Amino acid sequence: MVAATLTAAVDRSAPASRGADLAIAGVSHAFDLEGRPLPVLDDIDLNVRAGEFVALLGPSGCGKSTLLRLVAGLEPPTQGRIAAAGELITAPDPSRVVVFQDPTLYPWRTVWRNVALGLEARGLLATQKGRVDDALRTVGLAGFERAFPRQLSGGMAQRAALARALVNDPSVLILDEPLGKLDSLTRIAMQTEIAELWRQRGFTTLLVTHDVEEALFLAQRVIVLSERPARIKAEIVNDLPYPRHRGDPRLAELRGQALAHLGLDASW
Amino acid sequence: MSPFEQTGSAASFDRPPLQVDGAVLARGALATVAWTAVAASVTLLANRKVGFAEPLYVDQTNLGLAAWAVLLAIATTIGAVWPPLGARLGRAAPWLVVLALFVGIWDLLTAKLGLLPVPFFAPPSSLVEVYAEDWPRLGESVLHSLRLLALGFLFGTISGFVTGVAIGWSRGLGYWVHPVLRFLGPIPSTALLPMSFFFFPSSFSAAIFLIALATWFPVTVLTWSGVASVDKAYYDVARTLGARRSFLIFKVAIPAALPHVFVGLFMGLGASFSVLVAAEMMGVKSGLGYYLQWAQGWAAYANMYGALIVMALIFSSLITLLFAARDRLLGWQKDVVKW
Repeated sequence: MVAATLTAAVDRSAPASRGADLAIAGVSHAFDLEGRPLPVLDDIDLNVRAGEFVALLGPSGCGKSTLLRLVAGLEPPTQGRIAAAGELITAPDPSRVVVFQDPTLYPWRTVWRNVALGLEARGLLATQKGRVDDALRTVGLAGFERAFPRQLSGGMAQRAALARALVNDPSVLILDEPLGKLDSLTRIAMQTEIAELWRQRGFTTLLVTHDVEEALFLAQRVIVLSERPARIKAEIVNDLPYPRHRGDPRLAELRGQALAHLGLDASW
Repeated sequence: MSPFEQTGSAASFDRPPLQVDGAVLARGALATVAWTAVAASVTLLANRKVGFAEPLYVDQTNLGLAAWAVLLAIATTIGAVWPPLGARLGRAAPWLVVLALFVGIWDLLTAKLGLLPVPFFAPPSSLVEVYAEDWPRLGESVLHSLRLLALGFLFGTISGFVTGVAIGWSRGLGYWVHPVLRFLGPIPSTALLPMSFFFFPSSFSAAIFLIALATWFPVTVLTWSGVASVDKAYYDVARTLGARRSFLIFKVAIPAALPHVFVGLFMGLGASFSVLVAAEMMGVKSGLGYYLQWAQGWAAYANMYGALIVMALIFSSLITLLFAARDRLLGWQKDVVKW
């Protein structure tokens, strides 16, 4: 824990252009359901290159969010190993930040103090207040510093949550369906912004979504997962350059493939 | 009157004509008339003679009522042209009329007609007499009560808050504290009065203990439930951002639990009032409760009513204070009850 904190303290001075690679090896996980194990992940092997954008696509309830919790270090896997930048993940660390489906902003804190949370928790806030303002500007929330979460729209709240993650200069950004509850226009706008941020900052990004278009538009690689317990069913490589265009015929083609893997090709 | 009616004249911008608010004028006038009628009735109608002693402070009471009516007339005049005062007066007017009716009927039934039995129901002038003659003793009682209440409530709040956070956070502590809480908490503190008086060196310390106990129970239970009901996702967020245990307790669990804690404080304050008064009646030889007991013992019912009114004002103010503190601390909440 001390070592991890020190590493983070060193990392903050360097420009956050370097992501960390992720190695997920033979990970299986089960929940305890009234005494009986409920398997949710079944022997997942996945390597993510440093700075890569990978999307996990699967039917709802298949266990993809669980995989993210394991990568974040919030829970240890029942079996298997997960390592980030060569180090085994045993606990949460501010170098791997999660943006959840709900913004989960603290209602008693202003937007500014919510975004400052990570720096405050690590005792860096006193010296690095400017990073909070930078993060708020990045997500377009300058001017809303003193607002309380209840005064924000869904999209703005999720932007604040994104700023709260970015302020830590993560080497791995873990996105757990962050746009799932937003209206479609806000969702499209924020997809473009996330792609842009990722290109500028270069962090490794792991995105869980059940939106096929979102996964293909954002990610370089889309991992299709099966029903619970989740196994890796297929891998779709999307080598289209960024910025991408939503109307690209290649995206439509890949979409057909992805839906076929999910068993939905008949309805398409 | 529309402001656009006068746009033709430039001079009218320099000194806008006084706008007379007719509604405020009417409501204020009604209240003034009601109180003038009360003042006239108490002054002009003859008091029925009761007993041998002349009632004191009758003239002062009558004068006071007349002065109050004059004050209302002045306030109505000013309020009609000065909206800040007008708004308050307009809102208060119905209550002022009802109060005037109450005082008028009260005086009629007691001083004028003597319809209510005398020592138990005192006329308005005797209440004035109580405050004018006995204010040193009443004031001292108030101070004693407040001191006792403050000490007990403070100890109860601190210990309740700490206990609640501890058992909300730690299962191990919960195992030991929870049964004690369930067993001792529901006992009314007043039931422990006799026992406390012989266990503690003084009735003062016994009363502090009991007030603290009465506050401790609701504060503990609600702090505990507040900490236990914190959204687990808040902890996940903080943990991924590098928060340690102390941060999770002090910066996540406690602020998230504060709305519950406030409800506990509210309930604790109510309980502490009742224990305070009971303790002062049973053993502590000072304070408003003792004053009440003493007044009743000497059949000084006017003093009893006087003390009750003071008590109502003080306890209500304390709750107002608590709510004001809540509004400052928990302004981020929406749709909260106003006191």
